[in-house]
Amino acid sequence: MKFTLQDTVDVARGAAFLGTGGGGDPYSGRLFADQMIREHGAPDIVDPMTLPDDANCFVFAMMGAPTVLVEKLMSGKESDLVIDKMQELTGKKADYIIPAEIGGLNSMLPLAVAARRGLPLIDADGMGRAFPEIQMVTFNVYGVPICPVVIGNDHLETVVVNARNPKSAEDISRSVAIQMGLSVMMSAYPMTGKQVRETAVPYTLSLALGIGRAIREGRHKGDPVDAMLQYLKTTEYYKNCAVLFDGKVVDLLRETTRGFSIGRCIFEALDGSGRRMEVQFQNEHLVARDETGVKTIVPDLIAMVDRETGEPITTEGLKYGQRLKVVGVSAAPTMRTPEALACFGPQAFGLKDPFTPIEKLIA
Amino acid sequence: MRIGVDVGGTNTDAVLMDGNKVIAATKSPTTQDVSSGIINAITTILTQSNVGPGAIEVVMIGTTHFTNAFVEGKRLLNVGVLRLSLPSASGIPPMSDWPERLKNAVGNHVYEVGGGYQFDGRENAPLDEAAIAAAARSMRANGIKSAAVCGIFSPINGAQEERAAEILQQEIPDLYVTLSHKIGRISLIERENAAIMNASLSEMSVHVVQSFRDALLSLKITAPFYISQNDGTLMSAEHVERYPVLTFASGPTNSMRGAAYLSGAKNAIVADIGGTTTDIGVLANGFPRESSVTVDIGEVRTNFRMPDIFAIGLGGGSLVQGEGANLTVGPESVGFRLSEKALVFGGDTLTTSDIAVAAGQVTMGDPSKVAHLSKDHVQKALDVIHDKLTQAIDRMKSSANEVPLILVGGGVVLISRDIPGTSEVIIPENAAVANAIGAAIAQVGGEVDRVFSYEALGRTQALEQAKKQASENAVSAGADPDTIEIVDVEEYPLQYVPGGAVRLRVRAVGDLKLSKSIR
Repeated sequence: MKFTLQDTVDVARGAAFLGTGGGGDPYSGRLFADQMIREHGAPDIVDPMTLPDDANCFVFAMMGAPTVLVEKLMSGKESDLVIDKMQELTGKKADYIIPAEIGGLNSMLPLAVAARRGLPLIDADGMGRAFPEIQMVTFNVYGVPICPVVIGNDHLETVVVNARNPKSAEDISRSVAIQMGLSVMMSAYPMTGKQVRETAVPYTLSLALGIGRAIREGRHKGDPVDAMLQYLKTTEYYKNCAVLFDGKVVDLLRETTRGFSIGRCIFEALDGSGRRMEVQFQNEHLVARDETGVKTIVPDLIAMVDRETGEPITTEGLKYGQRLKVVGVSAAPTMRTPEALACFGPQAFGLKDPFTPIEKLIA
Repeated sequence: MRIGVDVGGTNTDAVLMDGNKVIAATKSPTTQDVSSGIINAITTILTQSNVGPGAIEVVMIGTTHFTNAFVEGKRLLNVGVLRLSLPSASGIPPMSDWPERLKNAVGNHVYEVGGGYQFDGRENAPLDEAAIAAAARSMRANGIKSAAVCGIFSPINGAQEERAAEILQQEIPDLYVTLSHKIGRISLIERENAAIMNASLSEMSVHVVQSFRDALLSLKITAPFYISQNDGTLMSAEHVERYPVLTFASGPTNSMRGAAYLSGAKNAIVADIGGTTTDIGVLANGFPRESSVTVDIGEVRTNFRMPDIFAIGLGGGSLVQGEGANLTVGPESVGFRLSEKALVFGGDTLTTSDIAVAAGQVTMGDPSKVAHLSKDHVQKALDVIHDKLTQAIDRMKSSANEVPLILVGGGVVLISRDIPGTSEVIIPENAAVANAIGAAIAQVGGEVDRVFSYEALGRTQALEQAKKQASENAVSAGADPDTIEIVDVEEYPLQYVPGGAVRLRVRAVGDLKLSKSIR
């Protein structure tokens, strides 16, 4: 499979949905990917289950603040630098590129890099959505070592992090990212094809494409949100999905602490019933509650979309008075195991509520 | 007394208002030279009301001229685009996402040079002055008259952009220069796009403002005149000459504010039916609902705050083609040539206006010219017109509840039936000139946009300070202090910066202070 330029638009929209409020607007990443595809041709998108056991698979992502990246953009040279450095450190030549995070901007950068390097891109990732920290990936949950972490910036500076544990690798990398301009490219978790098959969330590029395409086509048919839900219901992992709330933003509390945009957004129903929903977020949406209790909770997905166009809205894009639909979607089974929940379940974000699958909450 | 004028693509409307009363109103065709259309319209209302030019205290003009000119890609200047960014950002060159047509209309003269800032105000790279001088020489060699300068993080620090302008103008003294930090906000691509759009209109804006000035002068009106901008507030003529892009969304804003004013409705759907398009928006508490997504203008992405408008190709000049099940209405339109092209005016083109005349909904031109149209044909065309409007309105509605629909604009005569999904269809008096009324009631704004330390001041006090400053700015721009309201507060915490630094953007608006308030 290869993506066309129309496909990258759809993947970007689907990835914004999977960003569940965070992960940054994929738009600038898409322009970068389009530019790289125009210059170098589109990469092959490969099925993770067909990877040779010993294939060298390199993870690629950006780290920092998406609000900074929309100013700094990317040159492409910093991406080459990161891959080159990882090849040097591992003594292996990259055979494949795999995204760390399908949600948001990080869906697009691996696509750009794969095009630029002429490498195939694996249809899988480590989050199935967006998460704020680099240890919050299934690669880590299922035993792939995070280090070395290679970080590179637009000034062609690199830093290699070798840390005592994944959380420490995240903390050190983030401090470095701040000093390096808060918009850096990175690679970590160098792994084999066998490890990808065993640890990654499969077929998430296809998922992003399917979501984005359903929203686009739904706009011509009348109800893009419904069209997207219909599509999700045809999938194996994401079929438990629903519009949790249809309302307008009546309050928005937001502060930035430790580099995270933390806060909550209160919706009021449009039907005049006075019903409310509260969505709490830390970059990504964590939990959606109404008067009856929790409706969806991390790692299941909570996304907000424009109620007319189905366009996904990030927490940065939230404004008072917006009319949005809050959508809940089940996460892939590999993300709901006890080991996975220990890494990126509710308690990893300081929430008291236990994880309950969306299918039980909306039944 | 005040005059409101709306210069649209098809019609130029004018109203004369005394306090909150509409004394006279007219609609006349927009002329190629703009100014004679304005002169005609204002002459008509002054004659109608028997008011002398000396009694006019202020003239407010709203115009979609610049938006139309940009979208059509006609008469745009070639723009030298100077991005202060290297070594960063080169993976996405300027105008990467523009449609070819508009990219060609502004030329493809792109220069990326060393410069820009980091998120925290540190320099990204020193400004490469030699490269800027070289870019200027290349611009001169290419006959470029206008430049757009956009540096990384210039909204945090505009100094490099200012310096780049100096260097450019040293090389090309009469170069028009648009600096991105003056018009846009954070997000390089969108801000750069806005700067390029603005630069491409630099020469036209001077001509258009001059034609406004000449028109008023020839009418012996010496009162100050203002032009309305995207958010429904006013800016001075001098400001518009330099920043025409700030008028881009003023048309829909004016028509919606005018509709709210005329109907007294606070919550409603507004459909402004013009010559070529119908703009549909939503009034929430008397103000246009803002778009929650980025707004593309002529398929070019921007991040202006704009009303959430859904436009369809339906207007008084829309072509009616085909028959029976194949009958179509629009999106092609005869535009401002309605008065020569339409059948009722002796032309050869069947338009929606001809259908309205044939159906007896309105009298204009010579009805005998449409007498040959079969009843079926007319009914079928009316079906299509009403269906198009109904579908578009349904798309904009924010709840299943039925809300009133306010119809404004010159094309209201096309609509003769109830519209499903709406509680009532209101066509207020003077609906045809709602745009001009929206311009006439436009307010004066003041803004503050700077970084405050929450650690030093506390959030409450910082907000207080910013609001006070914004209000004072509005008053010094001419607002009546008793009418000032804070309409917008945006907080952007600067991530990772110690000291609780927050960028605050606060906007205050109030009525223009006149001898007789509109309230």
